[in-house]
Amino acid sequence: MRALTWHGKHDVRVDTVDDPEIINPRDAIIKVTSTAICGSDLHLYDGVIPGMKSGDILGHEFMGEVVETGPKSSLTKGQRVVVPFTISCGACFFCEQHQYSACSNSNPVEKQDLAAPVYGHAMAGLFGYSHMTGGYSGGQAEYVRVPFSDIGPVVIPDGMDDEDVLFLSDILPTGWMAALNAEIQPDDTVAVWGCGPVGLFAVQSALHMGAARVIAIDHWPHRLELARGLGADVINFRETDVREALMEMSGGLGVDAVIDAVGMEAHGFAIDNMLDTVKQKVGIGADRASALRQALLAVRRGGRVSIPGVYGGLADKFPLGALMEKGLSLRTGQTHVQAYTAELLELIQQGKLDTTFLISHRLPLEDAPRGYQCFHDNQDEWTKVILKPGMKMAA
Amino acid sequence: MNDSERKAAGIGLAAVLTAGAAAAALAMARRKREAAHGSPDSAPGRTARRNFGDYDVEGRSVTIARPRQELFEFWRDFQNLPTFMENIESVEHTGPKRTLWRIKAPGDLTVDVETEIAREIEGELIAWRSVPGSDIDTKGRVEFRDAPGERGTRVTAIVAYDPPGGAIGKAIAKMFMREPAIQMRHDLKRFKMLMETGEIATSARRRDATRAAKQEEQTRHHEKEEA
Repeated sequence: MRALTWHGKHDVRVDTVDDPEIINPRDAIIKVTSTAICGSDLHLYDGVIPGMKSGDILGHEFMGEVVETGPKSSLTKGQRVVVPFTISCGACFFCEQHQYSACSNSNPVEKQDLAAPVYGHAMAGLFGYSHMTGGYSGGQAEYVRVPFSDIGPVVIPDGMDDEDVLFLSDILPTGWMAALNAEIQPDDTVAVWGCGPVGLFAVQSALHMGAARVIAIDHWPHRLELARGLGADVINFRETDVREALMEMSGGLGVDAVIDAVGMEAHGFAIDNMLDTVKQKVGIGADRASALRQALLAVRRGGRVSIPGVYGGLADKFPLGALMEKGLSLRTGQTHVQAYTAELLELIQQGKLDTTFLISHRLPLEDAPRGYQCFHDNQDEWTKVILKPGMKMAA
Repeated sequence: MNDSERKAAGIGLAAVLTAGAAAAALAMARRKREAAHGSPDSAPGRTARRNFGDYDVEGRSVTIARPRQELFEFWRDFQNLPTFMENIESVEHTGPKRTLWRIKAPGDLTVDVETEIAREIEGELIAWRSVPGSDIDTKGRVEFRDAPGERGTRVTAIVAYDPPGGAIGKAIAKMFMREPAIQMRHDLKRFKMLMETGEIATSARRRDATRAAKQEEQTRHHEKEEA
């Protein structure tokens, strides 16, 4: 089959590789019809996530048709499914509590040794996201082996387009969980840092959950326009002093809840790596670390802090004092996708959530390397790239 | 199999070979701690920051969301051990309470260890030891206790190993000293996966690329050599 493979920093290629096979009883094989490039794939593209091997297949947002099932799969051939990026067994202590991204049993035993020393415990297996999260082949490919296919995949009713439901795989539940973690109350003013896809879905989710006002913060004009289109107020941090603006916009109280949907590219998994990265990228690193710092200072006393943004290492100058003295509560984590897909599918069907507004480009899988490059280099225009394995290359 | 993989497979030997005099060594460690520090803390003796005299003792616990009896019965059938213990190639019954374990060793070799059940408490504990004349002197036990509330069962495996004599034995032992804990942790996690989910997670894309497939291949290789 054809698949987008990683070979090093800024080096991804579409290669011909072996097709996947059913290995375990609960497996299914999915023929991919649509897959997306995630903002977090750019961390892999930039080579800042350790545990990558040359030839690894990327992609953790995908959907397609079931073409083969193991004896214990609950799926049947021909079904259309969206596959959560978190691989979860459904049977362990964590899955029982719907903490699917903490699944004990999906990250292969020998791979768990990579993350355990850094985090104390290994997390769940993820598709296409380094060997720290299992080394699973990802979804930017023609076919994918999906383990625990009786727990994850969401069967899609006839009549719904791929683009209506594809983002159930990651970014929609991630934005949704970010808003849930912010524990939004009806009169709240909520500030969201970062208008990438997760930030935009967090904005939409917060408004859906009844926030009185959502303020979206970014510096890309087009992305701010998308947020405005959802009903948010916006702040361009290149033009405006964010903290002062937020204080004024919340009547001097400070915002009730803050959501950091930026994450930190300046992350590393060892202290020296972390410090080096920060030293090397003073400009970018400081900018990105500052989003969370700014959020912790902007949130009101007793406010809520939600962090969907990806962090992997250690934070420098983390305002621990603000967290304690103001009595903030903080919630974060990789998304427990399986906990939210049923409810979100229903909201999409009812027309209460729009998932298609942020799609900017649709490319053939063969053109994926260009998709990565443009998504990386031109974030203002390239807001979301969908890859179609069957699509013909433009002449 | 390259050298590093062979070494890694050989490390597997350690987990089982380290079985030996577990209880004695632990008791000894506890006594030493009490002598050195007055009253001991609440932690298991095997987690002490000290050596266990002549013994290498490893112990690990894992919580499995399955009933105690079910886990006990699966483990008690020693022929199930190769399904989750990477270093055990095969187990054959040689008597009512005796089994012959074929264990992988470095350099593509295997070591045969005949073990007998030393002690057994239905649903709670299985202890085994190598019989005199085995290639390796080894003892071990596994305990099953109810976890709090609805959390299933806490499984604790302890294996101890009295290094065999001779220069080669010592060299092998030295190599093992560092790794048994890793192997034991891996084996217990595989046991948990198998009992909770019915399968052992792999991120391989092809059947022939799984660790289990590589293991079977090695077994076939050994059988061929013997034939």
